[in-house]
Amino acid sequence: MDTRSLTTPFTDDDVASLRAGDLVRISGVIYGARDAAHGRMVEALERGEPQPVDLRGQVIYYVGPAPAKPGHVIGPAGPTTSGRMDPYTVQMLEQGVKGFIGKGYRSDAIKAALVTYRAVYFAAVGGAAALLARHITASRVVAYPDLGPEAIRELTVVDFPAIVVNDVWGGDAYKKLEVGD
Amino acid sequence: MMIRQISVNRVQDAVRDLLIELAYRLPADYLAAMHVAREEEPSSLGGDILTMLLDNAAYAEAERIPTCQDTGMAILFLEVGQDVHFCDGDLNQALHAAVEEAYRDLRKSVVDDPLLRRNTGDNTPPIIHYEIVPGDQVHITALMKGFGAELMSRLRMMPPSEGVEGVKRFVLETVKLAGPNACPPLIVGVGLGGSFDTVALLAKKALIRPLGEPNPQPHLAQLERELLESINDLDIGPQGFGGMTTALAVHVEAYATHIAALPVAVNLNCSAPRVGKLRIED
Ligand code: SF4
Repeated sequence: MDTRSLTTPFTDDDVASLRAGDLVRISGVIYGARDAAHGRMVEALERGEPQPVDLRGQVIYYVGPAPAKPGHVIGPAGPTTSGRMDPYTVQMLEQGVKGFIGKGYRSDAIKAALVTYRAVYFAAVGGAAALLARHITASRVVAYPDLGPEAIRELTVVDFPAIVVNDVWGGDAYKKLEVGD
Repeated sequence: MMIRQISVNRVQDAVRDLLIELAYRLPADYLAAMHVAREEEPSSLGGDILTMLLDNAAYAEAERIPTCQDTGMAILFLEVGQDVHFCDGDLNQALHAAVEEAYRDLRKSVVDDPLLRRNTGDNTPPIIHYEIVPGDQVHITALMKGFGAELMSRLRMMPPSEGVEGVKRFVLETVKLAGPNACPPLIVGVGLGGSFDTVALLAKKALIRPLGEPNPQPHLAQLERELLESINDLDIGPQGFGGMTTALAVHVEAYATHIAALPVAVNLNCSAPRVGKLRIED
């Protein structure tokens, strides 16, 4: 299968060119944030306060890395379940986020919002955290250091492997499973 | 009768060492099943994902870093011979200390209260289950349980009329709802019977059985085979991108129950099934 290389920040043309099921390699800066950081960012927005990072064109990676072994820039850093971030995702899209990396289903409302705001949802391989961390060449906490593994991190990635799950055309790489049949 | 004295310090050291090993090294039975699955997986993306998970396991073991960033909550099962006396301190405290020491270089994923949610900072407390058995041996099974899969686990108190078909429907529904969220390939633990509390424990115990070992009762072993086949026909596949490796094994554990109910619980384990056992030596 073909693999596309992409560099952050993403342009509208970048996201428009991706299709569900595409394998991609992402390079550049991405932002690591999970449950607690999303809660704080959205609270800050609701109070009308500025965001800790400018998210226009950026990619958010749902990750809470393990501590780094001495000599490593980061510990194992695989994706966490994305659906838990659904309640915060529209606000992130309003900030101009163009990509999200995680694992697992998004709600129908978020899939529709990805089409409206023209952003892409990618999956990384859950459980492959040690290998994924090899694609992270720098890591720096940029906000909420008190949240420990849940702080916001600026991560520099090189050829980070991901799969397009939801594209801006409504495509979905996860199989539809009817429950209750 | 002789009472065997066992120092809690010995238990603490043994549990700590086991947990550290489990963080870095996935069980041999799991890796063997993954190698077989990779040979048989018809989906090319599915096969690539299985290869990546196997490479990840080898790399983590060689580097001595965790296979997955989520090293979970520590769940400990102690089978304690009734002729054992624990000395030199408090056994529960020793187990807490073992967890604290083991997680020193691992991610701290435990909060003190489900609503207040303050990180305890040392991954304690563990969840501890005790069972008293005959003899003077102590066997401990540790499970470092990732919560991506735990979050997708389910329990239902069914009326008996739903029978085995109802059980199958509920298990399949749980796997479908979990889909990619639980990091398939999965190990599916099914508890049947008992009461509301024990059926969940049975499902968890199903996850610590050696991978693919059938239930000794023929009707339950048959149920395991049928469930595994149906689950792998769902075409969820590795990480949910399609394929026949959705689950590596289904284990069913059952217990007596009341005439009014058919309790069923499904506990899922993920691509990082860290399970290990030890016996306390003299
Ligand atoms: S569900 Fe398992 S493999 Fe997936 S991220 Fe959690 S611990 Fe890791």
